[in-house]
Amino acid sequence: MLDYDFMVTAFLAAGIVGAIAGVVGFFLVLRGQTFAGHALSHVGFAGATGAVVFGLPPLAGLIGLTLIAGLGMGLLGERLTGRDVAIGVVLSLSLGLGLLFLHFYTSYATQVTALLFGNVLGVDRATLWTLLGIAVVGLGTLTFAARPLIFASLQPELAEAKGVSLPLVSLLFLAVTAITVAGCVKIVGVLLVFTLMVGPAAAAARMTSRLRTGVLLAPLLAVAEAWAGIALAYYTDWPVSVWIAALSGAVFLLTFVPLGRRPAPA
Amino acid sequence: MTAVRFERVGIAFGSRSILSGVSLDIADGEFVGVLGPNGAGKTTLMRAILGLVRPTEGAIAVLGGPARRGNPGVGYLPQMHRSAPGAGFSGWDLVASSAGGGRWGWPGTSAAERRDIERALDLTDARDLARRPVGELSGGQRQRLLLAQALVGRPRLLLLDEPLISLDPSRQRSTVELVRRLRHEQPVTVLFSAHEINPLLGAIDRVLYLGNGAAALGTVDEVITSPVLSRLYAADIDVVRLGGRIFVMAGGHDIERAEHRHDA
Ligand SMILES: Nc1ncnc2c1ncn2[C@@H]1O[C@H](COP(=O)(O)OP(=O)(O)OP(=O)(O)O)[C@@H](O)[C@H]1O
Ligand SMILES: [Mg+2]
Repeated sequence: MLDYDFMVTAFLAAGIVGAIAGVVGFFLVLRGQTFAGHALSHVGFAGATGAVVFGLPPLAGLIGLTLIAGLGMGLLGERLTGRDVAIGVVLSLSLGLGLLFLHFYTSYATQVTALLFGNVLGVDRATLWTLLGIAVVGLGTLTFAARPLIFASLQPELAEAKGVSLPLVSLLFLAVTAITVAGCVKIVGVLLVFTLMVGPAAAAARMTSRLRTGVLLAPLLAVAEAWAGIALAYYTDWPVSVWIAALSGAVFLLTFVPLGRRPAPA
Repeated sequence: MTAVRFERVGIAFGSRSILSGVSLDIADGEFVGVLGPNGAGKTTLMRAILGLVRPTEGAIAVLGGPARRGNPGVGYLPQMHRSAPGAGFSGWDLVASSAGGGRWGWPGTSAAERRDIERALDLTDARDLARRPVGELSGGQRQRLLLAQALVGRPRLLLLDEPLISLDPSRQRSTVELVRRLRHEQPVTVLFSAHEINPLLGAIDRVLYLGNGAAALGTVDEVITSPVLSRLYAADIDVVRLGGRIFVMAGGHDIERAEHRHDA
């Protein structure tokens, strides 16, 4: 299957996005902000469709609007993030807006399925470079900010007292989340961003009680699930996203199977 | 030397005044119990010392300098919350996340930091707890872990916000005893807020009682009296001493106990 160029590109794209999605997802789970990640993907829907209406490349609109929304969430800080209702409102407004843009530009409608459910087999070289850029910038920022991010996520009051700027940490993190979401949309689509970003991370968090193991395990799971999904799609001819969603759900559920956990030391 | 000095400090949130015209000096090495009804401003006072709340008037000096965020000489145990993010991760990860303060970069601890963390965990008898996921710990075990965390970096001033919450009476005594003993092993000034004066009796040097925007600082005998508390509660308060314990009563009810029932 690697004889085909588009398959190689698909594996590369899924690997790149899976790596950063796993790490970002791990912190989303740690901070209890997974719903914010979900909402950002819907903002991306409005961004991509809106870009088409205004004659811009959809990918630019996707990244641009999620980034603006991510920064907005970061600036509003504690007043917004974690507030399910406010985030839910943003989410539905974005979908509505996206629908309106589609109404004006019906010829784009054929590509909507790709936007909603992803199309990793259709990733071209230029997109691949953009995804690589997202991953490098995102992982670079997270590596730089991991320490205060973990501290601020686990113990915000104490972190603040020790001099961590909670708004800055939150802003940086949501900016990285936003571009990561945009990358995920290219692979699994707006509606299934959770499968790549939250599923593997939540499973990783359940599989280890060591933070640093978890941060590394989450991207490994995400990449493994994405690659396995592409391979299975190749042999079954089902859509890739179906397989990734199924694997993501299955792995998460498997973490609930008791494996004779060693008793905790007294 | 004074560890904490308030000079005519006023703190307000919007138009709501929490403290006004409070002046006080806490000497180096003192163990001070901070008391007062819910909403009196115990947490706010600590956050002001940490530089997280800016006084609307007056000045606060901490360890010889102005109150500022990120002062490495100050250790802090925040008031406990019901929700604990990262409950699946080990106590060690929780404690280690604060070592080295808020510096940037990838998480990790130096050998010296690890030794310091182990020393702190030993002091609160929490070395074994640190291996377990935080979510599996009881409230009291988690408090011991967080107390150890506050001791990392050998702070000279320790702000402990309600460390006795969710502890049974014997654990309460042993926690107070632990803090008292700690002061022999490293010279440290302690502000320790609590619901009730009784667990602190015999251990603390002085009481800082907050209420009604004012503060009274003095020995237990000076502060826990009917006239002083009546002023702070703006109500008629009786102080009853019985078998080495003190009961603060209003209209026949023990208000220190009743006040805080909801936190239990
Ligand atoms: N950030 C804030 N904005 C507005 N008001 C606040 C803020 N923080 C605290 N307050 C108010 O200040 C008052 C003092 O609160 P604080 O938390 O210091 O009380 P406390 O003595 O610690 O009470 P408790 O025993 O319940 O812990 C309360 O009326 C509270 O509502
Ligand atoms: Mg309080």
